[in-house]
Amino acid sequence: MAALNNPLVTAVDNFEQWILLLDSTIRIATPLLFAALAGMLSERSGIIDIGLEGKMLVSAFAGAAWAAHSGSPWQAVLVAMAAAMSLSMLHAFACITHKGDQIISGVAINMLALAITAMLGQRLIYQGVLTDDLRLMPLAFPELLPHDDTIVSLIYWQLLSGHNALVYFAFVTVLLLVVFFKFSPLGKRLSAAGENPLALNRSGVSVELTRYLSVLAGGALCGLAGAYLSLGHGAGFVDNMTVGKGFIALAALIFGQWRPVGVMLSCLLFGFLDALSIRMQGIEFFDSGYIIPVQLIEMLPYVLTVLVLAGFIGSSSAPKALGVHDKF
Amino acid sequence: MNNNLPWWFHTLALPAVNILLALTACAVVLLVIDVNIVEAARIMFIGALGNQEGIGYTLFYATNFMFTGLAVALAWHAGLFNIGAEGQATLGGLGVAMICATFGDSLPFGLLVILTTLSAAFFGALWAFIPGWLNAYRGSHIVISTIMFNFIASSLLVFLLVNVFRQPDQMAAVSQTFGEQTWLPYLDQLFKFVGGEISRTPLNISFLWAVFCCFLVHYYLFHTRFGYETRGIGFNHRAGAFAGIDKSRVIIVTMALAGALAGFVGLNEIQGSSHQLKVEFVAGYGFAGIAVALIGRNHPLGIIAASILFGALYQGGSELAFNIDRIGNDIVLLIQGLVILFCGALEWMVKPKLIALFSGSPKQPVGDSRG
Repeated sequence: MAALNNPLVTAVDNFEQWILLLDSTIRIATPLLFAALAGMLSERSGIIDIGLEGKMLVSAFAGAAWAAHSGSPWQAVLVAMAAAMSLSMLHAFACITHKGDQIISGVAINMLALAITAMLGQRLIYQGVLTDDLRLMPLAFPELLPHDDTIVSLIYWQLLSGHNALVYFAFVTVLLLVVFFKFSPLGKRLSAAGENPLALNRSGVSVELTRYLSVLAGGALCGLAGAYLSLGHGAGFVDNMTVGKGFIALAALIFGQWRPVGVMLSCLLFGFLDALSIRMQGIEFFDSGYIIPVQLIEMLPYVLTVLVLAGFIGSSSAPKALGVHDKF
Repeated sequence: MNNNLPWWFHTLALPAVNILLALTACAVVLLVIDVNIVEAARIMFIGALGNQEGIGYTLFYATNFMFTGLAVALAWHAGLFNIGAEGQATLGGLGVAMICATFGDSLPFGLLVILTTLSAAFFGALWAFIPGWLNAYRGSHIVISTIMFNFIASSLLVFLLVNVFRQPDQMAAVSQTFGEQTWLPYLDQLFKFVGGEISRTPLNISFLWAVFCCFLVHYYLFHTRFGYETRGIGFNHRAGAFAGIDKSRVIIVTMALAGALAGFVGLNEIQGSSHQLKVEFVAGYGFAGIAVALIGRNHPLGIIAASILFGALYQGGSELAFNIDRIGNDIVLLIQGLVILFCGALEWMVKPKLIALFSGSPKQPVGDSRG
């Protein structure tokens, strides 16, 4: 493929290259989206969640281990969710019941997750890679269109079809959460717990219970992020396989202003940057001999988040009671 | 806080109980993976403190912990949570490596050490100054920005290693090994100078600098006007502001100083031990600083003790990983995580009960001292 020497020209010339790039964007964005939505549920109720990374890691591990043990990938997804929820429970217990520091609790969760998965991984469980029947396999769309080189067919077959069920579910979750926050009483209570807990308390609703529920629901979503990593995107567990994805998700949560659609768009943007940096690795830019530094693309999500946080892009709109200990 | 408690309650009893809880939880994990706990404890103890070499390594690691522990604790006194010591240390190491690579062959050693120290401090401070400034003037959450700066720092380090520091004949992303004339003296060389003899470990004079920094921070916090202002803002930022303290200045100056302290990890790791710049040379010392600050009760002198404790855990853990193949270095991370969990996040689970126990009265007020 001589055309690969010049990716930008290639990309413009070749529509299929773009489709492939967007396809990997979706694959990379899915775990980010689950994790960022998980963080959103927790943070909209007022509990800071920097433990996304750890919860993802533990659930990726638990999912892979259970799949190898039981032979059922869907059971494994449930186990992954339960594993992440147990860490969420710990976070809620420390931060809500004992009014512990939410940041410190998150730091502890990340460390414990890294240590425990590595230790148990070395000692127990399986070695090696999960076979295909233990993974979540791609779903093919119905044969509505012929396989050919037309743009519509390429989009239908290459971009939209052929992902596993969790990918589609991630985007459905965005829709569900929009409805949840806009129309359901529970969603309004959750927001109230994060914006004005005193008012919620005065209206007779338990702030603690609301927060417990949202933190646990966040754990369940975070478990899906981990399950996707070890059962869908990858095949099995590798030490520290999240490599900072939990923090990119946290960045996406802030960049998306704690709103479902915003979070989805930022996850897609950050996923795109990641996919781009993988494709750009060591490739010369317009034959000039200049290589696009991959690391500079990699740091973009964090730089953008810092800028948003500082109000240089848009205005930051964190829930008002986020991380604040209420005294009533 | 409560006055009828003995002085040793907060400085000794509480940390001790928390560490015991953490070690108990750790023992449970070891049981699960089928490790003989008594044997493991013996290996750790002897590995860390049983011989000169073990002690040397313990104090070498303690040096890093002192720097990052101080970086967390100093910021804590201004009411700030500095979770970015990792990135600040990375930048500090970059500063040291730049000076060593540029002036290593030309400058006399004394001048070089002054330059590397200043450079480590400057670059570490820069990496904390920016989040501090953003917090003071743009309202950015200090925790989130320092986390982001950790990641930016690690990308920056890889970028510079690959594009600037890497030698043409090298595949790995490491810098050249700096010449021996740039190395910080090892402590055994110092001992030989005064006629003593100890075995060679990576322990070098930055250990003494770290201890000195602890005293320096102690003096700064408790015996200078700036330190008083820092603690004033940290204790109650509204009252502090009302008393005429410039809050923004305190935040920015404190963060910059904290970053400078974290930056000194570069002295110990790069100029003192590995003599070259590598990817991830900070290796989690920044996050460990949180545990150190918690155990040291954020007191500069407590941090000396806590650092030596963590240095011993770190060295003992490495020995354990070396001797028992079911255990990796993760054991250290596990203990750190548990310490942070019990001393930090679950602080208020145990503390009220202990206070009740030690002061002899059943009811004690419970509240977050940091507000």
